[in-house]
Amino acid sequence: MSRRFVLVVALLALLLAVVAVSGVALGTIAIAPRDVIAALGGHGDPLTRSVVRDLRLPRVALAALVGAGLAMSGTALQATLRNPLAEPYLLGVSGGAAVGAVLAVVAGATAAGVVPLAAFAGAVVAVIVALMVARAAGGRADGRVLLMAGVVVGAFANAAIMVVLANAPPNALRNATWWMMGSVAGAEWPAVRALAVYVAIGAGVLWSNARDVDVLTLGDEPAAALGVRVERTTRLVYLVSALLAAATVSAAGLVGFVGLVVPHLARATGLRGHRALLAAAALLGATLVIAADVLARVTMPPAELPLGAVTALIGVPFFLTRLRSLR
Amino acid sequence: MLHFDSVAARYPRQALLALDGVSLDAPVGQITAVVGPNGSGKSTLVRALLGRVPLERGAITIGGADVGSIAARERARLVAVVPQRESAVFPLPVRELVALGRHPHLSGFAGWGAADESAVRGAIEAAGIGDLSERSSDELSGGEWQRVRIARALAQQAPALVLDEPTTFLDIAHEMSVFELLSSLARGGIAVLLVSHQLNLVARFADQIILLHRGVVAAAGTPADVMRGDILERVYEWPVVVTRDPAVGAPSLVPLRGRRS
Repeated sequence: MSRRFVLVVALLALLLAVVAVSGVALGTIAIAPRDVIAALGGHGDPLTRSVVRDLRLPRVALAALVGAGLAMSGTALQATLRNPLAEPYLLGVSGGAAVGAVLAVVAGATAAGVVPLAAFAGAVVAVIVALMVARAAGGRADGRVLLMAGVVVGAFANAAIMVVLANAPPNALRNATWWMMGSVAGAEWPAVRALAVYVAIGAGVLWSNARDVDVLTLGDEPAAALGVRVERTTRLVYLVSALLAAATVSAAGLVGFVGLVVPHLARATGLRGHRALLAAAALLGATLVIAADVLARVTMPPAELPLGAVTALIGVPFFLTRLRSLR
Repeated sequence: MLHFDSVAARYPRQALLALDGVSLDAPVGQITAVVGPNGSGKSTLVRALLGRVPLERGAITIGGADVGSIAARERARLVAVVPQRESAVFPLPVRELVALGRHPHLSGFAGWGAADESAVRGAIEAAGIGDLSERSSDELSGGEWQRVRIARALAQQAPALVLDEPTTFLDIAHEMSVFELLSSLARGGIAVLLVSHQLNLVARFADQIILLHRGVVAAAGTPADVMRGDILERVYEWPVVVTRDPAVGAPSLVPLRGRRS
């Protein structure tokens, strides 16, 4: 581990901690940081404790996991597909998840967990279809073909959504639209725990393939020359990144821009090597989504802004400052 | 060291074989050069070695072991390959690019060791890119890139080295220094297999030449055996004269002007 890695990760972790504490402290009822820490330790008055531990904390945790998952997914994909514009939502994940969720909403699903489950199923189906399309078209796991297959599947999904929503009752239309704008407002511990498991597994697989990903950024042939099993690794990273994104989408809807912009921010820290980059991206992604969620709820209380819109509103200016160095 | 035995290979969905019964042997201590017109199968030879093109017939062995039966990582410790093309999207410092040559030697949690460090330092020195090592890959000229890629292959410290047109984009000084480097590596006990269009340099530096034409070996042997006007004219479909270079005594090819009707 280089000194830069330790320094950067320590700084990013500190930033995340500060943003996370403000994420718990800020909201319709502001709570002093001192009381936040007391409540986390099980002290203080019961109302504060309940707000902190049952409402705000799961919300912050979910935002962190969504951000970390999307950011790691995007980091791995951009490198493996060798495309600075690659991001998890381009793989048909978002489109597929949205089809699943919209169908569940329009069908009038009300039981807890049905919409997330339908979204996850939709995302998985979309990813599998994209992989099959790519395989039929390219024979080999070619990064460009994989990306195009994902884009095409996503476009098809979006068309399907429009057809379904065009004739949906107004209430379903509103619910579906809200879902597509992303939110962590309804966060509850079981959903947080489930996503934590997914993100941990995904992070583990990506991390253990990170050195191969370093080499894959050189191109398929140079990577093969350096002993990487190119097709296997490309397909594995694609699948794991897609499933990671699918899990975040099923938990929080569509939170745009994180998977695209955070990998660039991670690279801007000057870290090299994808083990380090994945760690930095996870911390940055978590920080960005928590911050966006705080903005979403404090800007015009008691109304909330759509989370996916806020991440893009914060992300775009960041991205523009980095655009010059993208080339 | 590197042995191709009656290798036939075909790209997916292609009617013609890209390689049709090519045999060659690249022994330790020699430069073996593969030459031939565009599309004659030179690069396919390299891709077949890397398992990027499936073999229809024949076998490729490294030190007696079939390349299909050894793991990719193990193969990369036995043979370092500098492919023709590379597309690095995200810029990296030159030193880090060379360090990626140690990839096949790193495993699991094993960290970067002193052996890796000295291999990278040695490779940077041998390739003569010490002055570039702090530069970013997106600031390199075409020729500098080539030398960085050669350095990365040297960092692999493999007993066999395969290069696909390594001197493209190089000026004469750098081209000569690459050939001199390959020559000294071969003398140092490495098997060098070189794909090149530089017939005259190959004639001076290679111990043996394999001339490919439409996926078939058209001629093979010492430079004097292969560098013959009648053979080269037939394969390249262009009028040529082969003379003896007055300065160095090697066969020298001069393409004539205008296509003979």
